[in-house]
Amino acid sequence: MKETFTKGMARNIYYGGSLFFFLAFIGLTVDTVNKLPKTDNREAITEVVAFGKSVWEKNNCVGCHTLLGEGAYFAPELGNVYTRFGESTEAIKAFIKSRPVNGIKGRRSMPQFNLTEEELEGLAQFLKYANGIDTHNWPPNIQG
Amino acid sequence: MKLKYESQSVAKLYFMAAIGLFVGQIIFGVILGLQYVWGDFLFPAIPFNIARMVHTNLLIVWLLFGFMGAAYYLVPEESQRELYSVKLAKILFWIFLIAGAAIVASYLLIPYARLAELTGNKYFPTMGREFLEQPTIGKIGIVIVALGFLFNVGMTILSGRKTVINMILLTGLAGLAIFFLFAFYVPDNLVLDKFFWWFVVHLWVEGVWELILASLLAFVLIKVTGVDRELIEKWLYIIVAMALISGLIGTGHHFFYIGTPGYWLWLGSIFSALEPIPFFMLTLFAFNVVNKRRRDHPNKAATLWALGTAVMSFLGAGVWGFLHTLAPVNYYTHGTQITAAHGHMAFYGAYVMVVLTIISYAMPIMRGRKANPMRAQVVEMWSFWLMTVGMVFITLFLTAAGILQVYLQRLTDTPLPFIVVQEKIAVFYWLREAAGLVFLIGLIIYIISFFVKGEEIEG
Repeated sequence: MKETFTKGMARNIYYGGSLFFFLAFIGLTVDTVNKLPKTDNREAITEVVAFGKSVWEKNNCVGCHTLLGEGAYFAPELGNVYTRFGESTEAIKAFIKSRPVNGIKGRRSMPQFNLTEEELEGLAQFLKYANGIDTHNWPPNIQG
Repeated sequence: MKLKYESQSVAKLYFMAAIGLFVGQIIFGVILGLQYVWGDFLFPAIPFNIARMVHTNLLIVWLLFGFMGAAYYLVPEESQRELYSVKLAKILFWIFLIAGAAIVASYLLIPYARLAELTGNKYFPTMGREFLEQPTIGKIGIVIVALGFLFNVGMTILSGRKTVINMILLTGLAGLAIFFLFAFYVPDNLVLDKFFWWFVVHLWVEGVWELILASLLAFVLIKVTGVDRELIEKWLYIIVAMALISGLIGTGHHFFYIGTPGYWLWLGSIFSALEPIPFFMLTLFAFNVVNKRRRDHPNKAATLWALGTAVMSFLGAGVWGFLHTLAPVNYYTHGTQITAAHGHMAFYGAYVMVVLTIISYAMPIMRGRKANPMRAQVVEMWSFWLMTVGMVFITLFLTAAGILQVYLQRLTDTPLPFIVVQEKIAVFYWLREAAGLVFLIGLIIYIISFFVKGEEIEG
């Protein structure tokens, strides 16, 4: 680098630039948190939904699936599974319940998690709530 | 050749643990790659989600071992004093190793839901989120180790010579510890949960870790090229400045489709489009400095790793990141194999390679010589090329799989279901698995290189 560009100038860009953008990021974070009620479907978060989220986490579902596009890419997207399954929480529950214990020969299969009726209901309601989040029309189509 | 400061040698423990866990990570990578095409491989004993957790958690833990080892090696030399406490460094090493091994073993031995029950997850739930799957007690352990480590390194730096390198390294390490605290915030609101989850994940890998990366690379480049510190520090400042200027608001490229306000579509696209700049500068910097070298250091392998880090981090993080970072593109690629392709090359190019760079430079010195015998270096350089070419092909095959996936599942007039698409693109998963095996062979050769004897190099 040219001598006219000194280390002092580089240091000032580092300190000034980082500080400015760090503060800007905090400002945007505050604004986002304030605006979230418009998009995050929080009115749908019941006790059952909150319990369902804990079932989702406890079984590490995100280790295979994506949810709103985040997670692993081994199994289908679930942010819109409620729509994909004909807006039926019963269909979601039936699918999870019916997974064979020893899998399907040569193919990917979801494990049998032996969930209780309460856990199944919670999980299905949680996925229904996730389905209602405003994601700027993502995913592009029903296949997720 | 002797170490400048005796306490630096504590780094050796950390580096050995890092390499050991790296092997475990890659074995599980090969298992996962196989499960992609042979769906019931090891099922139901080790389902995909468990193997993946082992793969990613081992990566994080061994990189942390690498960063800590690097800091213990570099900080005394930069600060021109012995480490504040070697004893503390050793105690923390064993705590971290035992805790890390216990966490990974528990994933494999106990069903995850049972592990959550046993560790009282319901009282303080933090489990079950990508990369942050560790039981809460494990997370608390990580924080304790991180704080003890920061204290040790911080005390050394603050009472010694403060260079740009060790100050930027310390900032990066402190940021690493601070942002990890968001791992303890798990609200019921999924959008809030996801939003702050990125405060750990993005602000680590596209934020503070870049400070660690740049400072480690700068240190090795000073040592192997003998180029004037003033010049190197100027580059270092400007690279990390650009990393933070682009990367902080660049977090927005994760806030496109998770229920966050629409302005992130613009902010995330614009700022993350700038994120390749610091990586490009890193490449210019490394080649520039090596060309201006004032000495021919006998450790050719370390120089190769340093240049490799600069190039591969630019390709993996910079180019492959840019590929899908603009909101209209990401609308179709979000959560596909394109993301996986980028993740693999970026982690390898930036963080795996920089740790291997410093190991390559420091390990011979800790073993009492300036550089390894030429025969050992040649073997190490073979491992460099096998692992790097292996990773390039893993990335290319995943990218091909991803493009087809995006087309068949999201772009055509008749989109196909996820699992149908997966079967159609299976050939690319087979090819990826082959490239993964090349990577594994490279890693085995890497380990062999530590045991190759030969004529001692003068130094």
